[in-house]
Amino acid sequence: MQWETVIGLEVHTQLATKSKIFSGASTAYGAAPNTQACNVDLAFPGVLPVLNREAVNCALKFGVAVGAEIGRRSVFARKNYFYPDLPKGYQISQFELPIVGKGELTVELENGESKVIGITRAHLEEDAGKSLHEDFHGLSGIDLNRAGTPLLEIVSEPDMRSIKEAVAYARKIHQLVVYLGICDGNMQEGSFRVDANLSIRPYGQEAFGTRTELKNINSFRFLERALNYELERQIDVVEGGGRIVQETRLYDADRDETRSMRSKEEANDYRYFPDPDLLPVEIDESLLEQIRDEMPELPGAKLQRFIQEYALGEKEAKALTASRPLADYYEAVVKAGGETKAAANWVTMELGGALNKAGLNLSDSPVSPVQMGGLLVRIADKTISGKIAKQVFEAIWNGEGDADMVIEAKGLKQITDTGAIEPVIDEIIANNPKQVEQFRAGKEKLLGFFVGQVMKATRGKANPEQVNELLLKKLKG
Amino acid sequence: MHNKTIAELGAGLRAGEFSSVELTRHFLERIDSLDEGLNCYITVTPDVALQAAEAADQRISAGYAGPLAGIPIAQKDIFCTQGVKTSCGSRMLDSFISPYDATVVERLNAAGVVMLGKANMDEFAMGSSNETSFYGPVRNPWDRERVPGGSSGGSAALVAARLAVAATGTDTGGSIRQPAALCGITGLKPTYGRVSRYGMIAFASSLDQGGPMTRSAEDAALMLQAMAGFDAKDSTSAEEPLPDFSAGLNDSLQGLKIGLPKEYFGEGLDAGVAASVEAAIEEYRKLGAQVVEISLPNTHLAVPTYYVVAPAECSSNLSRFDGVRYGYRCEDPRDLEDLYKRSRGEGFGEEVKRRIMIGTYALSAGYYDAYYLKAQKIRHLISDDFKAAFEQVDVILGPSTPSTAFGLGEKADDPVTMYLNDIYTIAANLAGLPGMSVPVAPVEGMPVGLQLIGNYFAEAKLLNVAHKLQQATDWHKLAPEGY
Repeated sequence: MQWETVIGLEVHTQLATKSKIFSGASTAYGAAPNTQACNVDLAFPGVLPVLNREAVNCALKFGVAVGAEIGRRSVFARKNYFYPDLPKGYQISQFELPIVGKGELTVELENGESKVIGITRAHLEEDAGKSLHEDFHGLSGIDLNRAGTPLLEIVSEPDMRSIKEAVAYARKIHQLVVYLGICDGNMQEGSFRVDANLSIRPYGQEAFGTRTELKNINSFRFLERALNYELERQIDVVEGGGRIVQETRLYDADRDETRSMRSKEEANDYRYFPDPDLLPVEIDESLLEQIRDEMPELPGAKLQRFIQEYALGEKEAKALTASRPLADYYEAVVKAGGETKAAANWVTMELGGALNKAGLNLSDSPVSPVQMGGLLVRIADKTISGKIAKQVFEAIWNGEGDADMVIEAKGLKQITDTGAIEPVIDEIIANNPKQVEQFRAGKEKLLGFFVGQVMKATRGKANPEQVNELLLKKLKG
Repeated sequence: MHNKTIAELGAGLRAGEFSSVELTRHFLERIDSLDEGLNCYITVTPDVALQAAEAADQRISAGYAGPLAGIPIAQKDIFCTQGVKTSCGSRMLDSFISPYDATVVERLNAAGVVMLGKANMDEFAMGSSNETSFYGPVRNPWDRERVPGGSSGGSAALVAARLAVAATGTDTGGSIRQPAALCGITGLKPTYGRVSRYGMIAFASSLDQGGPMTRSAEDAALMLQAMAGFDAKDSTSAEEPLPDFSAGLNDSLQGLKIGLPKEYFGEGLDAGVAASVEAAIEEYRKLGAQVVEISLPNTHLAVPTYYVVAPAECSSNLSRFDGVRYGYRCEDPRDLEDLYKRSRGEGFGEEVKRRIMIGTYALSAGYYDAYYLKAQKIRHLISDDFKAAFEQVDVILGPSTPSTAFGLGEKADDPVTMYLNDIYTIAANLAGLPGMSVPVAPVEGMPVGLQLIGNYFAEAKLLNVAHKLQQATDWHKLAPEGY
């Protein structure tokens, strides 16, 4: 039987606010355990939540970006369950009236087609703390630094029909939230986490099959693997005459498998009800207007602008606009004087390659956009050749200063003075009589040999065009 | 000295007749000798008190002290007090020393009050008799075989017994007004949102409201002045202007329209209590008020609605008491589930557990619409009743409770009968309106409370109406024998 895959995703994005969603404690990652948890985060008796409006603004930006319905009124609700890293015994979330309603996102697929994926809703909620089960000798440690960090949970429709579509959608959401500046997108630190719902059904059947929910996925690679594993597992179960049980499964990246966490019967009754400690959030038109005004350029618009403004090909433009930091870097290089096409090439190829090799992020690049621009200016004005430029780039990378400083210090300035090149050529012609004879006899390929000899003798600094010209004149003359 | 009001003591302090340290010592001695028979205090804080008294004396002699400077009061043990045990009347928090001050505590401290200690109360404010406290029942100073009411029973009894000049209380369904009535003192539950709930341990968040418990309306105005006002730490606190609550105390009641809800004078009301209320109404007529009968047709729905909303909210609010971070933890938990079950099973008392279970049930999937959602709708109907009434009248008047204080243990095993004791007070909480209880003529030596309900943020009007009665009569000056 041919099975159709049906996937829906729930993406948890940590919002890039300075303080927590309901308290003034810092959201910075990596502090010593429980040093960023205030009385409110610790759920001391009597404390009350106060909404951080910045989290609301972040959610609204996302809503506007996906063309979503945004209600005038949104309500926080309590989701009640017991767990040691949930200090209040309930999570403040949203249930009936989420801040962002129905929207959609267009995803480009590998085959060049695009597909619209429905977004059911996106709601604000607080993150829980972390339970640490190692190093405590049979006990568990609780770190509440993360408790109260704002999350936007983005829920998709079950619109994806392949694992590739699901991964493309997740990547697109990731690109979008980072572009919007509402999430740092750091998946290792858990800023962007995905839960996936997957079911299968025979092609042509309208009703959905029973789904399972996969939790704990914190990379795109794991998302693909977890879905692959789960898809095969479901097909095996059904084809083996079994039935899929609705349950939550945990993806174990080390073993590359999913394991049952709890079935529907064991599922919590969360007893949602509106949180009486918080007033409904009123969204007025003027706030929405302000959000729209403050919207950064989105990936699609940026791509079109790059193609037009910088006369780039679609492929190059796409590569450069894949992430906002990269696009920003490129534009800064151009602003610093880099010619647009050369800049595209250098940023994606040379810089990209070097970063990749060193395992660095763009934000950690040792070469600043201004330095890169300065280098490109020196190529364009023929101070250095493209080949020497690579040497200069390496020196800048190693912290030896700007392009001009490196060129000066290493004496890499291109020799364009005919008077300086001519004696070198004369010497080489004199030292290689055999090759000269062959060349003159018609073996013109040997020109390359002579060019190479001249470049070697000038340590690459001679202007290649000039060398060519002079050599031809002398050899033929 | 202990029979004087805040206003009188303040005048004496400022005139240098006595110091706050002397006053504080006097009250600490009274607590020492008299509280054993009453059990009003869970914690007495002589060191904290004397330190505050010394500071107040300095402020007074420097000439920049407000009306509350140097005045000894008690804090209900539901308010978090930094460095002082804050138990909420529960074994669960018997070991809890709060790391911070509630906004109410902070504001009263800033006004210069002297905290003598923390007042006994029903566990987590759940009760109408102060019998659910982990620290044992409080006895009514008018008759020690009777209850003082609850949940602010300790606060009411200690003010009546002159073991502090005033106290704070909280009122979720009548917890200030009912004990004030049963102990013969003045208690005010402000409009929901008037007094910050930050640091006031939550029972039912949409109903809880802190307020003053005093021996006169004049004192209540002074206390409320310090306690009330917008607080950025409480999202439900109101950004309403704060009037001078003392300014209009003596305004004439000529032409004031008082409404008597016929539902508050029907079956179930003790004849003696009815007669006392009638006598007070007569006083108001003499003061020039017009008295008319009104109707609050949904009154009979108040108690059932309350016993869905309050337990539902409490079931969630009390989830944080899990034995993990602070408070009671069972011995040698086998695993996480055992830790939860035994810590909560052993840390909470029967009434608290009963309400958590009712509330958990009411919020469960499949029951939510029938209980919680429906209760919220009825709340609107009850509020609408009041809205209509306040189009006709300025204040609503009736009894605070159906009877005088009942005997210790008399209703302890019958929760429903106990719940009905709050039949007249609950509606004001559901609607968020301010309500007050003031003493009127006692029945067979036991105090009776007259309830006044005002429109939203009309505390100043309520205080005026109460004060005029207290100017015309001496009921509020009666003291229990031996105190």
